[in-house]
Amino acid sequence: MISLRDVSKAYPRSGDALRGVSFRLRKGEFAFLTGPSGAGKSTVLELIHFQTRPTEGEVQVSRYNSRRVRRRDIPALRRRVGFVFQDFKLLERMTAAENVAFALEVIGTPRREIAGRVQRLLSQVGLAARASSRPSELSGGERQRVAVARALATEPRILLADEPTGNLDPDASGGVFELFRMLNRLGTAVLMATHDADFVRRHREIRRLELQDGRLVGDSAA
Amino acid sequence: MREALAGFRRTPLLCALSVGAVGLSLVILGLFGLVAHNIGGAIGDVERRVEVVGYLLDDAGPEQVRAARRELEALPAVESVRYVSKDEALERARRDLVEFSNVYGALQVNPLPASFHLRLREGFRTPETVSETARALAAYPFIEEARFGDEWVERLFALRTAAAGIALALGGGFALVAVLLIVTTVRMAVLARGEEIEIMQIVGAREGYIQRPFLLEGAVTGLAGGLLALGVTRLAYIVFPARFVAVESLAWLPHAWTAAGVAAAAVLGLLAAASSVHREVGRAYGPS
Repeated sequence: MISLRDVSKAYPRSGDALRGVSFRLRKGEFAFLTGPSGAGKSTVLELIHFQTRPTEGEVQVSRYNSRRVRRRDIPALRRRVGFVFQDFKLLERMTAAENVAFALEVIGTPRREIAGRVQRLLSQVGLAARASSRPSELSGGERQRVAVARALATEPRILLADEPTGNLDPDASGGVFELFRMLNRLGTAVLMATHDADFVRRHREIRRLELQDGRLVGDSAA
Repeated sequence: MREALAGFRRTPLLCALSVGAVGLSLVILGLFGLVAHNIGGAIGDVERRVEVVGYLLDDAGPEQVRAARRELEALPAVESVRYVSKDEALERARRDLVEFSNVYGALQVNPLPASFHLRLREGFRTPETVSETARALAAYPFIEEARFGDEWVERLFALRTAAAGIALALGGGFALVAVLLIVTTVRMAVLARGEEIEIMQIVGAREGYIQRPFLLEGAVTGLAGGLLALGVTRLAYIVFPARFVAVESLAWLPHAWTAAGVAAAAVLGLLAAASSVHREVGRAYGPS
């Protein structure tokens, strides 16, 4: 489903972000991407989301290859790969339901279907009762659930999460993580970047990909 | 269209400021256009009066005069040829020079010569062409003298050239300022909605879908700014001369100018939005 082969990424100003990283993530798999800040976790996620291209090597996501992908195919790829951020990236002037509806609208969902799908998505993340609240009226954990609902709007096969619990207290973190586990059980592959070593240690059953200084230094599945 | 209108509804103040800024920059251009058009019109009026006059010897026969008139009318630079007979010349002198009416009234013999008055076509009123036409007229053996006021024709032409140069430089400068202001204004509007654009990209919206509302919004902002500028310029045209300037009648801009100006504002808004949104959106999709 996802494959990185000898991927290196260098930026003109900051230099090497990744060096010779290779790994595969299979359909329906769950993995942590760990390492300290600056290790290259976000760069890996951006490469998989095709927000940037490798300097060397190649990234394969489903049938899309970083060497051959056409610009006009990228929106279709991104609909298969949901993305959740540490800072939620919700539109403050919209309610929870409107934030989710916005995602549905921009991918061309027929108008008559939107309300029903928003309702289902918010129920799926346990927020049906807060549909008309604005992000400023929600707790951190609730905001992240709205962000997850939005990411699920495109019915992705893969969910990328960049430090999704970084801004949350332990209870809220646990709740969001359980949501990811549930989605994973329903068949969505999840790659979750986190620098929280304790959190990762508590879930030893989950595969761990460890990055350090842009190199993959550990893979618990290897 | 729905998204573009939603953009106006979501950020009404920013949109109003954008339209105001675009309108203001175009008002300056509109007022300049109004002044330039009137100065050009005034110079044109004077230029239209440029005449080459040839005085005929008394022995010129009517057949010679008719043939010469036909030949002169066929010259490419000549717009019209008017023949003033000796009798008409005397009549005009009596009418125009009232103080000498006694002198003219007592005359037994008409001392005034018949004459040809040649007017030149627009675009041929340069000192060279005027002088050439005068030479062609003087070449007829029955023409005693050809006059065209060479000194003031040259001055007029110099004034026209200087005015055109100044209009081009100032007008170009104002237009450039307007373009920069429109580009900056629309770019600000795009940047103000950077969050939305980012989310659209993340969830997989197509580039065209993201760009279209901004392009439409840019065009509508340009169009609204253009109409605002037209309204303010018109208001200034009505109010300003009546109160502050001793000008009896200023000419309003030709319809073609105003229509072209408003259309250009809309196109400019569209292009400014295209450049801004292409830069913002294109980055996230990487190389094509």
